[in-house]
Amino acid sequence: MAELSQGAEGLCSVPALLTRNMTRCGDKPAYREKEYGIWQSWTWAETAQEIEALALGLLNLGVNEGDFIAIIGRNRPYLYWSMVAAQSVGAVPVPLYQDAVAEEMQYVLAHCGARFVIVADQEQVDKVIEVQEDLHQFEHMIYLDPRGLRKYDHAHLHQFSKVQEQGRAAREEFIKELDRRRDKLTYDDTCVMLYTSGTTGKPKGVVLSNRNIIETAKNSSEFDHLRAGDEVLAYLPMAWVGDFIFSIGQAYWTGFCVNCPESPETMMTDLREIAPSYYFAPPRVFETQLTQIMIRMEDASAPKRRIFRHFMDHASKVGPKILDGESVGLFDRLWYAVGEFMVYGPLKDTLGFSRVRVGYTAGEAIGPEIFDFYRSLGINLKQLYGQTEASVFITQQPDGEVRSDTVGVPSPGVEIRIAENGEVFYRSPGTFVEYYKNAESTADTKDPEGWVATGDAGFFEPDTGHLRIIDRAKDVGKMADGALFAPKYVENKLKFYPNILEAVVFGAGRDRCCAFINIDLSAVGNWAERNNIAYASYQELAGHPKVLEMIQSHVEETNESVAQDEMLSGCQVHRFLVLHKELDPDDGELTRTRKVRRKLIGEKFADLVDALYDGSDSIYTETEVTYEDGRKGKIKATLEIRDAKVVPVAPQAVAAE
Amino acid sequence: MKDSDGYVTADGRQIGGVLMEMKNITLRFGGVVAIHDISFDIREGEIRAIIGPNGAGKSSMLNVISGFYTPSEGEVWYKGSKRPPMRPYEVARLGVARTFQNIALFEGMSVLDNVMTGRLTHMKAGIGAQALWWGRARDEEIANRRKVEEVIDFLEIQHIRKTPVGNLPYGLKKRVELARALAAEPSILLLDEPMAGMNVEEKEDMSRFILDVNDEFGTTIALIEHDMGVVMDLSDRVVVMDYGKKIGDGTPDEVINNQDVIDAYLGVAH
Repeated sequence: MAELSQGAEGLCSVPALLTRNMTRCGDKPAYREKEYGIWQSWTWAETAQEIEALALGLLNLGVNEGDFIAIIGRNRPYLYWSMVAAQSVGAVPVPLYQDAVAEEMQYVLAHCGARFVIVADQEQVDKVIEVQEDLHQFEHMIYLDPRGLRKYDHAHLHQFSKVQEQGRAAREEFIKELDRRRDKLTYDDTCVMLYTSGTTGKPKGVVLSNRNIIETAKNSSEFDHLRAGDEVLAYLPMAWVGDFIFSIGQAYWTGFCVNCPESPETMMTDLREIAPSYYFAPPRVFETQLTQIMIRMEDASAPKRRIFRHFMDHASKVGPKILDGESVGLFDRLWYAVGEFMVYGPLKDTLGFSRVRVGYTAGEAIGPEIFDFYRSLGINLKQLYGQTEASVFITQQPDGEVRSDTVGVPSPGVEIRIAENGEVFYRSPGTFVEYYKNAESTADTKDPEGWVATGDAGFFEPDTGHLRIIDRAKDVGKMADGALFAPKYVENKLKFYPNILEAVVFGAGRDRCCAFINIDLSAVGNWAERNNIAYASYQELAGHPKVLEMIQSHVEETNESVAQDEMLSGCQVHRFLVLHKELDPDDGELTRTRKVRRKLIGEKFADLVDALYDGSDSIYTETEVTYEDGRKGKIKATLEIRDAKVVPVAPQAVAAE
Repeated sequence: MKDSDGYVTADGRQIGGVLMEMKNITLRFGGVVAIHDISFDIREGEIRAIIGPNGAGKSSMLNVISGFYTPSEGEVWYKGSKRPPMRPYEVARLGVARTFQNIALFEGMSVLDNVMTGRLTHMKAGIGAQALWWGRARDEEIANRRKVEEVIDFLEIQHIRKTPVGNLPYGLKKRVELARALAAEPSILLLDEPMAGMNVEEKEDMSRFILDVNDEFGTTIALIEHDMGVVMDLSDRVVVMDYGKKIGDGTPDEVINNQDVIDAYLGVAH
């Protein structure tokens, strides 16, 4: 449907794109959601009607232009409609992370001064009610699922379907006003406000204009030849910029269909049923899937295991080459086709990747083995580099130029420059307008010419022109002897082991590096089962001597590989411990997007860090934890600290370039 | 029924008139008197608990309600009329559904099929039509599947819809049992130790589901439970039994302060 993308110039808001889609392909599916065991679907025409009814309902409730409407819940068509309905009435949608605890929500809701909140269910209603005392501007809440809410005071609480009903009933009265507001939207009006997860400090509200979103959606859709017949599965948090670009920006630009899973637990089944043609997942999802495949293969019969190994070996040899269009011998090609029939095809089908044309991973570095595994199966998995402030895209990998250690070339329309200290700066049509109510931060991040600091250190590879990211610029430091310290580099190497879920490396300003390790419960648990190791809890498993031995061997292998890098050989891990608890966003140790909050962890576990450096063999510690329902508890543990072998390197006085 | 006005619970729910009444029930097995002259009522919309120490006769009482046992003496009144002796399936057709203390599911069948069996009382098509998936059988199955899916959605077991029950952990099996009972759209739901053998988290989940069922569908619930915390939190009124006799009846606060109840639980010389 190439013509669909062409006539869209002059369409300068998402509601305008909706109207276009309604006339161009009104009978094509726009949304699907699995409910009651069946994929329910809505065409673009039906979607437009639903959104209009909601928009009229919002007018009926008294939404003003410029109001902020917070949206909290898992990916559901109704909530996507809410965003577009909010835009239609001139309000600004603000999606929030649904797993945020009440206090976090309070900060965001108060900061943007949301008058209206649209939530999914009772859980979210309860959270908002808990903090509403401090929200002076908050007026009305609309909920989707009425379950358990019957007895609540409905003075300021409205059911989604009722709001739509009232909207339909009051169509005569409000349709003129709705049309007026919808037609008034310009390219520079705010499209959405997204709060950054904040690796440091409070979340910041990133204001993105219609221009940002539509230009970015247009450029990126063209880059990957996305089209109206594509299918995506929307399962990543709605508050994350990527989901907004994929499920709203690109979906409305190209007119493809957004599929919402039935529940988070059924995600994998739903993925398989939909078999999306365009797919995005953070590395963690790919890691988990790979771990599960390997665990299940271990349980298969010996002949099946042999067939699997044989063809996977063959695939890793020729698969990526075939995908990149390089020349491959005829026999290898034939044998790969046999493998496709025997192993790759069924495996891709099980994973839900049988139709993937374009798959992206971003957010964290992905392990080369994991990356190559998927590519060897013929899945066109690529990496992109981006951030909220850029409306996602800064760089991405073109087809045929895909490698696990780079993040690709600048996306269409993006200019990049590398500052003298190595920090990456960019300028693009997707560059955000401002941080809401935070002129100071805006000025710190974006200079008057529109260049934005990413906070990441990186460089362009001279031969290929691809960007390589080393680490967060502020995390890159020096050790006591002046050697370069890039914790992320080592952590990523550690995390590539399936048994290691998370690693935090310390060493800035010190004479050597030490690390905290988090084990991956599913991988290590499975290993324990196979080796007859009994354990009652995460803590017990994490402290088991055999687990420590295994982790030690991983750390030592990592050291060997780190030692090979001249610049970073000083970052070898001398001592480590395995943490007694999983690092958790609820305890503030990770962001909601699961990035490590290095400084906070260093402070919170200061006793453990000291123990790593003072040479003791074990340390007793108590840690406060927050349970899912917000209660607090304490866990106590005595942790063993181990020394890891390091590869001796000649002392280096090389500066940090 | 002279007393059909009901009452209002502490949390403001309106409880209706008497739905089921047990009048002077006695149940004997040979010389053993399992239940001795017990009377109580269950009102529409309430959560009624039956508690007591081991061997008090609670499960026997539930079996009388469900029609599995016919009382030796006494009458069961249901929806305003006296219920003649009946087979359990006949009682089920009148809108009484139950779960079992020891899970009684079809282990080899999927969760979906198990829950579908709960709709059996709503299926009328003949075996021929069923086998051919034709006419009324087809319409019926679609309608029933819809109802079953609503229950699956309600109890949040979508992710195990197609899983054979035998592969499920205990806590989920209990939830599937509840789903099957709910699928029957009962007027009165009997739960025989719904929390037995569960950990704290599973108990919390199950409690929430029981309250939600009562709240959302207005289903009357009679339950037997050992966990006193759960009983006190969930139920509107409690019958206390000991050695086949009723020793207390009232709101949780009333029975917990009743001296006979305290003695029965803490143990005194009989």
